[in-house]
Amino acid sequence: MIELTNTNSAEIATELRRARVRAGSPAMGMVMTLVIVVAEDDAEGAMRAARAASHEHPARVLGVILGDARGAAEIGAQVGTGSGWTGETALIRLKGEVVKHPESVVLPLLLPDSPVAVWWPSHPPADPAGDPLGRLAQRRITDAAAAVRGKTKAIYRQCEAYTVGNTDLAWTRITPWRALLAAALDQQPLKVTRASVTAERISPSADLLAAWLADRLKVDVTRTSSSGPGITEVVLETREGPIRISRPDGRLATFSSPDRPDRPVALKRRELPELLAEELRRLDEDDVYAETTKRLLRMEASR
Amino acid sequence: MSDNPLRDPRDRRLPRIAGPSGMVLFGVTGDLSRKKIMPAIYDLANRGLLPPGFSLTGFARRDWADQDFAQIVHDSVKAHARTDFREEVWQQLAEGFRFVPGNFDDDQAFDRLRRTIEELDELRGTGGNHAFYLAIPPGFFGDVVGQLKEHGLARASEGSWRRVVIEKPFGHDLESARELQGILGEVFPSDSIFRIDHYLGKETVQNILAMRFANEMFEPIWNSNYVDHVQITMAEDIGIGGRAGYYDGIGAARDVIQNHLLQLLSLVAMEEPTSFDARSLRIEKQKVLSSVTLPRRLDLTTARGQYAAGWAGGVKVPGFLEEEGIKRTSTTETYAAVTLNVETRRWAGVPFYLRTGKRLGRRVTEVAIVFKRAPHLPFADSSIEELGQNALVIRIQPDEGVTLRFGSKVPGTQMEIRDVNMDFVYGGAFTESSPEAYERLILDVLLGDPPLFPRHEEVELSWQILDPILDHWAAQDEKGKGRPEPYESGGWGPASADAMLARDGRVWRRP
Repeated sequence: MIELTNTNSAEIATELRRARVRAGSPAMGMVMTLVIVVAEDDAEGAMRAARAASHEHPARVLGVILGDARGAAEIGAQVGTGSGWTGETALIRLKGEVVKHPESVVLPLLLPDSPVAVWWPSHPPADPAGDPLGRLAQRRITDAAAAVRGKTKAIYRQCEAYTVGNTDLAWTRITPWRALLAAALDQQPLKVTRASVTAERISPSADLLAAWLADRLKVDVTRTSSSGPGITEVVLETREGPIRISRPDGRLATFSSPDRPDRPVALKRRELPELLAEELRRLDEDDVYAETTKRLLRMEASR
Repeated sequence: MSDNPLRDPRDRRLPRIAGPSGMVLFGVTGDLSRKKIMPAIYDLANRGLLPPGFSLTGFARRDWADQDFAQIVHDSVKAHARTDFREEVWQQLAEGFRFVPGNFDDDQAFDRLRRTIEELDELRGTGGNHAFYLAIPPGFFGDVVGQLKEHGLARASEGSWRRVVIEKPFGHDLESARELQGILGEVFPSDSIFRIDHYLGKETVQNILAMRFANEMFEPIWNSNYVDHVQITMAEDIGIGGRAGYYDGIGAARDVIQNHLLQLLSLVAMEEPTSFDARSLRIEKQKVLSSVTLPRRLDLTTARGQYAAGWAGGVKVPGFLEEEGIKRTSTTETYAAVTLNVETRRWAGVPFYLRTGKRLGRRVTEVAIVFKRAPHLPFADSSIEELGQNALVIRIQPDEGVTLRFGSKVPGTQMEIRDVNMDFVYGGAFTESSPEAYERLILDVLLGDPPLFPRHEEVELSWQILDPILDHWAAQDEKGKGRPEPYESGGWGPASADAMLARDGRVWRRP
């Protein structure tokens, strides 16, 4: 890691290139730029998660820490190519006036031609697409479950702000649940009459799952609370009996369906790097998420 | 499936999960089962791609109970699985392990197997869908499928399926391949027979089609106007190890060229399929394989060798004829190189050189498209001395990726041109989380998705290509006119292979 103080984008770019040549590999295999907008305290964890995710998606990872906006502009950066991973990284600290213009620092550092994703691990802006850094990106990743302020409403706020390219890790988290539920109906194509999702009281993922089921199945979905962890049970009622997936411990679920024996299914809650890697796999519009956000807002309005 | 309201073609996050099914594994103690199949099954489960209730039944001549079999799987998973070991995944799988002891000619054992499967349908909800994986020597295929038929295991009831999975070798010549197909075809219909050529499960091999047909810039030069020749290489740095029993009498050409290299050739040389479904791909592959011809003089256009004792990679190693279990007089080749012509408008006049060998310099598989020299070079001879032919190299393994080789000016000189590489690395690790070939293929078997499995027509066509060469070598042996030429271990094969290319005015790339 090279420490740059009182620096600017050109110097950071030069240092990135130098670090690459020093590492003996001037070729660039990177497929995207990942910008992480993060608080000082969360920076280390977020950068670690991004590095792990970049094993699947070699990326230039730019951590941006927005400091106190008062006073003279000051830019500091730690630049390096990692040992043990494929991309390159710069952790950039902004202070003073420049905090209001972070895009001016980041824009010159984007890889040519390739996509840009931006991720807010904890403090998502109310409108990611309108955010100065969010505007640079094709993919804007928020995490309603990690929101510090207004946690109960965080996912609704993101749904209201939804536009092409927005996504939330709360949605990513339920992919395994959705896959299993879809597989259940593949195996037994029964008509679902109503459904329920049980989870911790505040669980953006459970809210999205309920909205998705309601949207796809066109039935009433009840959302009930348990002590968690995360989502603990999903039931699809059918005339032949319930299809039930219950996961009391956050790891191993029991899958029961009409006229079939109960079966254990591994359904682990996934870690950040895995979530991030899934999120970066596709950068085009997620239509199903778009429809789910709309449904969630309608459900909330009619409540 | 399309009437499942939870499915949506636009929802590409949802993985394809196999429907209710089970697998019966014959030959549970072999390397293939322990190092590839069992770990792949665990990895699939870990990625959430196996259906709840998936069951694995082992069949072998061992006095084992279910839990002994589970222990074997457990050990193999711990040692060889690609993904982390997680207790809950193991729990999900472990409830579905069964073991049936018995010989392949033991009627009672197959009766027990049928009862076990019926019980699984009842208890685990496998729904009558079962794949029989024959990880056993091909000599036993006949016995096993015969028993499967006799005990009603091969016939699926309405709405369910039975499939059989086999590994190479698919015969040792055209006649035996047809015989094998006869045995299998009598019991299972063609589209229920899944032949595993694990090369086709590799991401980099599938990428050949993506590279050729998703891009605009390669296809226009992908023909005899620009391509001088094609080299397809699969080199191994190891010897035959403990596989003398299998290898002696088989040799490099049957072991590797017939399946892997000819499959690579067909992917590189085929025309654009009308779609990527199994049928369209098969049509194009068969077309290109049936247009392959051999040169007239096989003595000048093929080469074969056996590795000699020596030093390979800093280790002292025995020669092939000194390996345990190999006769001193064996004429089995451990290196084979052949010249093939593809008689199509696209490829006429472009030779395809295929080579494979054991105990070569390093382990590498690649396809090199070598281009013609520029028709006119406005440079002084002295400035282009170091300029070779342009090449596009598809690196299949290891270090998966694509290299483009072209000339570039040496900095500081007046005008001197030297070859340089432009590299695409298929992942400092896209590959890290990209599945093993076996995961992909086993999942495809359970899903009934056939594009990556060669059918018997392809197998027979590739034997038709290879048989004359094998006959020619056998005739040489008989007449005492030639035998495999010894080559240095750790090098790049026998001198006769170099001479074979030199006759055409070409050289092998050092891969």
